[in-house]
Amino acid sequence: MSIVQANHLSFTYTGASKPSIEDISIGIAPGEFVVLTGPSGCGKTTICRCLNGLIPNFYSGDFAGELIVDGMSVKQHTTAELAPHVGMVFQNPENQLFSLSVERDVAFGPENLGLRREETRKRVDWALDVTGISRLKDKPPYELSGGQQQRAAIAAVLAMQPKVMILDEPTSFLDPKSALEILEVISDLNKKLGITIILVEHRLDIVSKHANRVIVMDNGRIVLDGTPKDVYGEHARLIGIGLPRVTVLFNLLQRDGIRFAETPTTVDEAVDVLRKMLIR
Amino acid sequence: MIQTEGLKFAYPGSPEVLRGIDLKIKDDEFVAIMGENGAGKTTLVKTFNGLLMPSAGRVKVDGVDTHDSSVAKLSRDVGLVFQNPDHQLFSETVREELAFSLRNFGYEEDTIDRRVASILETLDLTRYAESSPFVLSGGERKRVALAAVLVWNPKHIILDEPTIGQDYQQKDRLRNFIIQLNAQGKTVIIISHDVEFVAECKPRIILLSRGLVIGDRPAEDILTDEALLDRASLTRPQIGALMHQLKDYGLPERTIDVYSAEQAILHALGRKE
Amino acid sequence: MSLKVFDGFKFAKLPTPIHNMDPRAKFIMTMGIFAAALLFQNIYALIVIFLIQLPIVYASKSWRKWAGSMRAGLLLAVLIFVMNFVFGSTFVFSAAMTLRFVTLMSTFSLFFMTTSPDDLGLALEQTHVPYTLSFTFTTAVRLVPTMALDAQTVIDAQRSRGLELDRGNFMKRIRNYIPILIPLIVSAIRRSIELAEALESRGFGASPNRQPLIVLRMKATDYLVVTLTILMVTLAVYVYLYVPLPILDIPIKMPKIFPWF
Repeated sequence: MSIVQANHLSFTYTGASKPSIEDISIGIAPGEFVVLTGPSGCGKTTICRCLNGLIPNFYSGDFAGELIVDGMSVKQHTTAELAPHVGMVFQNPENQLFSLSVERDVAFGPENLGLRREETRKRVDWALDVTGISRLKDKPPYELSGGQQQRAAIAAVLAMQPKVMILDEPTSFLDPKSALEILEVISDLNKKLGITIILVEHRLDIVSKHANRVIVMDNGRIVLDGTPKDVYGEHARLIGIGLPRVTVLFNLLQRDGIRFAETPTTVDEAVDVLRKMLIR
Repeated sequence: MIQTEGLKFAYPGSPEVLRGIDLKIKDDEFVAIMGENGAGKTTLVKTFNGLLMPSAGRVKVDGVDTHDSSVAKLSRDVGLVFQNPDHQLFSETVREELAFSLRNFGYEEDTIDRRVASILETLDLTRYAESSPFVLSGGERKRVALAAVLVWNPKHIILDEPTIGQDYQQKDRLRNFIIQLNAQGKTVIIISHDVEFVAECKPRIILLSRGLVIGDRPAEDILTDEALLDRASLTRPQIGALMHQLKDYGLPERTIDVYSAEQAILHALGRKE
Repeated sequence: MSLKVFDGFKFAKLPTPIHNMDPRAKFIMTMGIFAAALLFQNIYALIVIFLIQLPIVYASKSWRKWAGSMRAGLLLAVLIFVMNFVFGSTFVFSAAMTLRFVTLMSTFSLFFMTTSPDDLGLALEQTHVPYTLSFTFTTAVRLVPTMALDAQTVIDAQRSRGLELDRGNFMKRIRNYIPILIPLIVSAIRRSIELAEALESRGFGASPNRQPLIVLRMKATDYLVVTLTILMVTLAVYVYLYVPLPILDIPIKMPKIFPWF
């Protein structure tokens, strides 16, 4: 039973000359860790907005087809009704956190749902604990580093206990170390809490080891869909997505005539393959 | 040449952001300034065009102390492209946007027309000449912001985090463009935390941490030094990490870009290309 | 154009009794001083009212910021003085009106300096102002320092393109602010849209019954402050109505240069 099901989903923003996404049909099972990627303008952000109901509630346009998330049709529910089922973390942490303490920002979601104070308290403490920022709860968000801010943004969404979490390029503004750390946090949400993750990313080198599925979009359509190994081939390179450097290297070596059992998508895999070949 | 001597900077009432920097960047060098958030990278480059004046020490651009000049004068030679194009764009058309700086610098109208047409061509923006900059996509706006600085042809170009929000193809084009600019004799300075991007460019890297320079060497040296990378919140580029783990198998540890790695591996496997 | 004028209204968290005061009590205190200042025209009374603020400023450990906010209003204060004096009021009266303005400004500055926007919002919510209104207010206040930073960045970016803000005649200088204002407005709009998306995604407006996690409670000291304020205002009204105050008579008036006097 899919937790996300799209059937011939298309959307054209009001005033746009062509659809941003066209004829999207996919099913995502609970607990999957999906990476959504593609060149700028391919429709990734539009799909994200559909998934949590910002389309069609916040953004107007022509909505065709069907999208069901956690049993609810996005066409028939407001973003607020969908919020406890599907949460979204945006690119820029600065514009998601608006309170003067992390705690109040994280409490915002549960408060909006009208939960009792004791329940809100429990959820806030839990979300802060899961994201590892309990000691920062009284700090104003602008005093936090980029990585800490994104953790706070994730905690704020987590407090609503959604089954699906969408993250739109959450590492864009982060330095490399913080980017790796935040991906560990996201991976834990998936592995330990069973939350279905849909992660939009250009930097495939750092997400490949966490993802069990990569969906590549181009010009509003899905063009590739499979495990990282299935997807990171010549076709992907031609579309112009940011394949991990080791994969690019191995693709080049393959063109030079070297044979490999399979193409690595992470450094560790690459080391294993090469080590065996270099011993000979 | 851009030179700093004992450069210190602090905002009034705040602790020092730059704590004593001595640098020499020669003409037509290609430099990447890297370091953790808050290390002082943007503050440093703002002293190069006079936006910020040193609290102590000096900054000299082509022999002129920035104290003895002004932002408008220094900007003619030092072009600074800010991270967020939305902080610059304001005109009705892209053409007007590009003409803005030329008008400020007092160029004649026909020179302005010529230069604008030329830069539109160079950056593949001619079809947007009469469009409003606000309707363009994020990547296109970044190109317009870049064009708006290149239009007056400054000798030294500084790009603050040019790769944020760009997809792979855009970064590829950007890298080629930067290398081309440098080949044309311009000093190119980029601020970036994108280790993979910098690894493929292989510039000289000036590594800043907490207001001090902790490393100033070619990319192959900095991006393979674990201790330095850690202090600056950076990670090894993938190729570098790969080579590091295979160094006992005869692969060169100081290789950080894909093509050099390809050659090295082919060589190690006994083939030549 | 100095952006330091905003500093005087910017909240900074300090552990002082003034900062910790319940915002509702603090607001009543501020309004008390405000009302007293509006009541009187007598310069001695206004001086006393102005001086009442000083122990409060001392307790809040915010001398420099408070002085800074008054410096920022200096231009307007001078304008008020000149306007009064030129149109025929005595020197003393003009000074009194100026002092009244300065008192009003500094007392509100003190209020905002010592009250976090979040606490303000909570106070508004708990006094049954509709949530959407109180939220709008606190978000606006919260965004002022962010926008000030944005403004500085825009100014830097445009100066880096040769824009000179301190040159040219009056008209030219006004026009020179267009390249500053437009990016600032666009930035503000983009930021607001991003924030709105994030808020919608966290269920803003889902339920009409909000139970805020953190609740303001008035302490004994807060009630004391309210009581003292009521007493002070009552005293002020009494003095105004029944106590003849000494009048400072310095016979300086605007010389009759202008024909309309």
